[in-house]
Amino acid sequence: MSSTTRKDIPVTTTGTAASTSPAASSATPPQGEQEHDRVSPFKRVVSAIGVQNISLIIAIALVVAIIGIQNPLFFTVPNLKVIGTAIAIVGLLAVVQTIVIILGALDISVGSIAGLTSVASAMIFTATSSAALGVLGAVAIGVACGLVNGCIIVFGRVNPVIATLATLAAFKGIAQLISDGRAQGYTGADPFFVFLARGTLLGIPTLIWVLIVVAVLAHVVLRYTTIGRNIYAVGGNNIASRLGGININRYIIGVYMVTGAVAAIAGVLITARTGSGQPISGSEGLELQAITAAALGGAALKGGKGAIAGTILAVILLGVLTNGMTLIGVNTFWQNVAQGTLLVVAVVIQQLRSGERRIGIPG
Amino acid sequence: MSQDPQHPTDPIALRATGITKNFGPVRALKGVELELRAGEVTALMGENGAGKSTLLKILNGDYRPDDGELIIDGRPVVFTDPADARAAGLRVIAQEPEIISAVSVAENIFVGNLGTVGFNRRALLRRTREELKRWGFDRAIRAEALGSSLSPAQRQIVEIMRAVVSRPRIICFDEPTSSLGDDEVGLLFALIRQLQTEGIAIAYVSHRMAEIFRLADRITVLRDGAFVGTKRVDETSHEELVRMMVGRDLSQFFHRDPAPLGDTVLELRGVGNQFVDGIDLTVRAGEVVGIAGLVGAGRSELMKTIAGDYTVTSGEIVISGQARRIRQPADSIRAGIGFAPEERKAEALLLQRSVRDNAALVVLKSVSRWIFVDNRAERALAQEYVTRLRIRTPSTEQLVGNLSGGNQQKVVLARWLATKPKLLLLDEPTRGIDVGAKSEIYAIIDELAHQGVAVVVVSSELPEVLGVSDRIYVMAGGRIAGELPRADATEERILALAMDDEVLA
Repeated sequence: MSSTTRKDIPVTTTGTAASTSPAASSATPPQGEQEHDRVSPFKRVVSAIGVQNISLIIAIALVVAIIGIQNPLFFTVPNLKVIGTAIAIVGLLAVVQTIVIILGALDISVGSIAGLTSVASAMIFTATSSAALGVLGAVAIGVACGLVNGCIIVFGRVNPVIATLATLAAFKGIAQLISDGRAQGYTGADPFFVFLARGTLLGIPTLIWVLIVVAVLAHVVLRYTTIGRNIYAVGGNNIASRLGGININRYIIGVYMVTGAVAAIAGVLITARTGSGQPISGSEGLELQAITAAALGGAALKGGKGAIAGTILAVILLGVLTNGMTLIGVNTFWQNVAQGTLLVVAVVIQQLRSGERRIGIPG
Repeated sequence: MSQDPQHPTDPIALRATGITKNFGPVRALKGVELELRAGEVTALMGENGAGKSTLLKILNGDYRPDDGELIIDGRPVVFTDPADARAAGLRVIAQEPEIISAVSVAENIFVGNLGTVGFNRRALLRRTREELKRWGFDRAIRAEALGSSLSPAQRQIVEIMRAVVSRPRIICFDEPTSSLGDDEVGLLFALIRQLQTEGIAIAYVSHRMAEIFRLADRITVLRDGAFVGTKRVDETSHEELVRMMVGRDLSQFFHRDPAPLGDTVLELRGVGNQFVDGIDLTVRAGEVVGIAGLVGAGRSELMKTIAGDYTVTSGEIVISGQARRIRQPADSIRAGIGFAPEERKAEALLLQRSVRDNAALVVLKSVSRWIFVDNRAERALAQEYVTRLRIRTPSTEQLVGNLSGGNQQKVVLARWLATKPKLLLLDEPTRGIDVGAKSEIYAIIDELAHQGVAVVVVSSELPEVLGVSDRIYVMAGGRIAGELPRADATEERILALAMDDEVLA
C-alpha cells in the first residue's frame, strides 16, 4: 500500500495547496457535503441583528404603543427618566449575569451581594466620611463575595445554582447582622452620592451612565478580547477548553469576582438612591430580574451563547413593562406574577428553538 | 407482533418506496428505496450526509417522511413516534445509546418493560443473565454492573440487548462497531448470524468495507440523499461500492510514504498512573507511530496522560531530550504537543461557534494584540487551514456544528496545526468519517510526517493502523504488550498481542 505515491489520488492535500489563493476553497464542494450557503439579503439582515433582538425590539414597540395609548403620561421626559433610573440597577446585575450564564454557570447571590455592599458602603462612609472609601470598601467586599462563590464552585465541586443559592442566604444574613436589620448611615448630604443618585451628565442621569459604561465594557470584553472568547469557549465546551490550554478554574473564579464587583456597584447605587444603606429592601428579588433579562436577551442557560445587546434590550423591555403596569394601575403583586411568567416563557422559547426533546428533566 | 417470526408470510419484511424528506429547503432524502428481507443482512452505505441517518430516523418513527411509503409484511404503516415502530416489531439501535448511570445493566436493558419481567430484582437478574447468555454476551458484561461503570462497548451491548429482548422482526444497526473493539465485534457478528437464523431482517449501516463484505447479503448505497442502487454482495466489489458512494474511484485508500526520521521527539520512560502502567515508548520526528489495542486497553488514557489531562504518577515524559513536568493540558501545549481526542464533539469542538473561533482556540494570543483579538488575522489564519486541509465550509464564519464529521475533524486538526506542534496525538482520527474525508486525513498525516512532525495515531481499525503507521505499539490492560515495525506487522500479530495479555490478566 505504500508503493503508489500520493500524486495518483484525486482528493488529497498536497504541500502546494497551502500556497494557493483562498478563493480555491470557496469552489463548490466536490462531494456536496455542505449546501447551506444560499441566503437571501433579508435573511442576512435578520441574522446580523439576530432573531432574538428583533423580537425584543418588536415587543418593546408593542408594549410602548399599548401603554402610550392608555396613558399619555408614559411618553413624558420625567417618566422616561424614571424608567431609566429604575432599570440602571437591574441592568448592571443583568449584564454580569449574562457573562456568568455564557460561562455556563449562574449567580443567584447577586441581589444579596448588592444588599450587603449597600449597607457596607453606607457604614464605611458614615465611619470615615469618605465617599471614595465607601465605594472602594463596597467593591472589595463584592469581590470577596465573588471569590467565595467561585471557590465553593471550583474547589468544593458544588453546582453553581446550589452554591449561590446558599450564599444568597448567607450574604443576606451577614448584611442583616452588621446592620442589625435596619437601614444604616445617611449619604443624602454627600455630594458624590447625590450626584450618583440624581446628577446628570449631558442630560442623562448618572445612574444610566454607570449602566452604559459597565455594559459597553462587558460588550467589548466579550466581543473583542481573548478573555471574552475564552468565556464563550468554556461555556460552550469546558473539556475542549481545558484540552485547549485554557485555565478554566481561573475563568470561573474571575467571572464570579467581577460579578461581585459589579453587584457592589449596584449596591452603592441603591445606597445613593435611598440615602442610606439597605440590607434587604432595594436588592431583594433583583437576581430573578437579572436572570430573566439575560434569558429573555438570548443567553443560553446551557452556556456558550448570549450577548450584552440582547440583555440590555430585555432590561428595557422589563423596565417599560413594570413602569407601564404601574402607570395603568396594575396591582404590584401581579407584577411579580408577570415577572415569573416572563422568565418561564423566555426559557421555553429558548429550549424549543434549540430543538430540545420533551423528555425527562432538562440538562 | 402476533405472527410467528419463524414463518413470516412474506420474505420481504420491510419495503420502503419513494421515501422523500425535506428539512426546509434542504432535501435530505429523495425517492429512496429499501428492502429488508427476513433472515438477510442488508448493508446501508453512503458517505456522511448521504441520508443514512435520516432514513434510519424515519424507520424509527423519529421523523415522518414527506412522501413515500413504508410497508411491513405487506401492510403500509405510518409511524408517528418510536413506540409505533417498536409495536410493529422494528428496532433501531442507537449509535450513542442513553444509559442510566445509577441502575444496573439488567434494569437498563429492561427499562420501560420492567413490568414484563416482574419487579422482583432476582427474577430480573436471572432473566438478564439468560438473555445475555442466549445472545453470547454473558462474558462481555455483567447483569449487575452499574450503568456508570460501562465502557462505550458495553453501553453498545446494552443497547443491542434492549432491542433483542423484545424479539423484534426487523433490527437496524447504526454503525454498531464504531465504539467496539475487535473482540466485541466478533461477538456482535455472531449475534447477527444468530438473528439471521431466527429469520430476523437486518439493516446494517457501516463505513467499514471489510465488515460489510463479511456480514451483508445485499448492499444498498445512498449518495446525497438519493438512492444509487442495491447490489448482491457476491456481484460487487470494494471498488464498485466506493465508486457508487463517492461517484469516483478511490483505488488507493492509504497512502503512506515513510519520511526520513529525525531526532526523538517523545520518549516515555516507565510512565504510569491510575490508567496505564510502565509505559516505555518513543516517537521520532517524521515518524507515524500507531497504537493498537482492544477497547479498554488504555490507549485513549495514555494519550490523555501525554496531553496533560491525567497526571503522571510514576516515570517521566521526555520531550526532545528534556524531561518535562506536564500537570495540565497547557503544559503539554507549551511543550509542543497537539492532541485531537477521540470524542470530537464532546471534547474538542465548540459546536455553536464558528470555524474561525474553533481553529484559533489554542493560538488566540498569536492573532491578538494585547487582549484584543485581531479578527482579520484570525480569519486569515482560519482561511489558511480551510484551504490547506480542504475543509468544506461556505466560509470561516460557518458554525462548526453544521459541518460533516470529516470536516469537523479537519477543524480540530487545523486548531493543532496552527500551534506548529512537534508532536501530534490523534485518537481515532477517522471515526465516523466518510471514505473521502478519511483518505484526506491520511494524506494530511503523511504530509505532516514529511514536514518533520512526530505523529501518534490511536485506532481501533486494524487496516488503518497498518496503513498509516511506520511502527506500531500494541497495548493491553494499560501496558505496552508489544512493538511491531511496519514490515512485521499484520492484523493477526497485532490481535495476538492485544489479546494475549487479556488472557494473562
